[in-house]
Amino acid sequence: MAQDGLTHTRQVLLIGGSAGSLEVVLQLLPQLKLPAGIAVILVLHRKNSESLLPDLLAGKTMLPVKEAEDKEWIQPGTIYIAPADYHLLIEADKSFSLDASEKVHYSRPSIDVTFEMAAEVYGPSVIALLLSGANADGAEGMKKVKEAGGLTLVQDPASASVSYMPEQAIKTGSIDYIVPVPKLAALINHNLG
Amino acid sequence: MIREEEVHILLTDLQEVYGYDFHDYSKASLRRRINRLFALDKFPSFAELRYRLKNDESYLKRFVEEITVNVTEMFRDPGFYQVLQKEIIPLLATYPLIRIWHAGCSTGEEVYSMAILLQEANLLHKSLLYATDLNPDVVEKARSGIFPLSQMKQYSENYLESGGRKEFSSYYTSRYDRVQFDRSLSSRMIFATHNLVSDRSFNEFQLIMCRNVMIYFNKELQDQVLQLFDQSLETLGFLALGAKETLRFSTIARNYKQQDKERIWRKMA
Repeated sequence: MAQDGLTHTRQVLLIGGSAGSLEVVLQLLPQLKLPAGIAVILVLHRKNSESLLPDLLAGKTMLPVKEAEDKEWIQPGTIYIAPADYHLLIEADKSFSLDASEKVHYSRPSIDVTFEMAAEVYGPSVIALLLSGANADGAEGMKKVKEAGGLTLVQDPASASVSYMPEQAIKTGSIDYIVPVPKLAALINHNLG
Repeated sequence: MIREEEVHILLTDLQEVYGYDFHDYSKASLRRRINRLFALDKFPSFAELRYRLKNDESYLKRFVEEITVNVTEMFRDPGFYQVLQKEIIPLLATYPLIRIWHAGCSTGEEVYSMAILLQEANLLHKSLLYATDLNPDVVEKARSGIFPLSQMKQYSENYLESGGRKEFSSYYTSRYDRVQFDRSLSSRMIFATHNLVSDRSFNEFQLIMCRNVMIYFNKELQDQVLQLFDQSLETLGFLALGAKETLRFSTIARNYKQQDKERIWRKMA
């Protein structure tokens, strides 16, 4: 898509999800055509023991995939995963901080925490995608992304293995697109322009 | 919603009125914690929060306790405690007096975990566990050895996963919804307030535990605190950090050797 006065150069693609989201991420990643300026930040609820997630995702993309580290600069062209059992915070200088404070929506990492901070730091240059899940986490974060001028997408609840999470986000009235899985990649690619 | 500039105003007040210096804490974490407290305590405006904080010393206590993170658990990261028990404690056993510092001990769950390990290795009688935190109330909670009963199932699982072989409940007596840990465990603990930002080294230790504390600091403060630990560690002593913390990028790194895949480093000669 041509850059004009209405489109923003996107800098960050946020992806959040819980139960039933991993399969969508695995399907989506190989189809994404990410411009060089984009960093991807994934916040997925998972069990502590799933330290294989970075390896699992690395097989699906040419981009480097890594767990976000404390005080690490957020680099374009990199896919970051929120580590298990920590909230992933974003500093104003575009670096990560980890945080082991109270769970939010019974979750650590919490999607809301990262999305809200990304909205504050990156404003309109955020695209946020919320996937399948059985938890209300993410809805508030999506709202903040929208309020800051970012673009918000949810997996169509009808196509989600657990519809609750995208439904809660839709209820906030802050969602730009409700997208069935087969159309997700095309829509994101189009909006990354 | 508290803005970045307002956070800065509060931090300057805190320093000027009370001497607490939070300027080198992670701004993202601080702002999130302050906003959380702002909502929790239902302040109508930033000005009212600021006024309360400057003029009500009892509110200061709450403020500092809430903007710092006091989430901890017993035998947190069981794999870490397994390495402590199998590889580190046998090396400490050779010292006539074992000195350990829990820096940023919060409510003390990890201090009691350490005491249990030492007791099971028959070393507690010749150990001293210094436990410090900047929050006085939190240190008092740690000193009391009283914890919520509701946590014990999780702690017991952590203990067993760490390689513990006893009945975990043999270490405490329950009363209503709380448990009191055995006095023999706390008999070798020394509690004090200590601020890693402004207070100096006060002893030499063979093991310093500081887990999930430095993630709340910026890089400069992280490095400053690591230097404080370096000054407070004997040669061949150990420094144990949280699961996602490292001294890799610090100025003290070249003199330290990581022990295992767990976050434990040894100070070399």
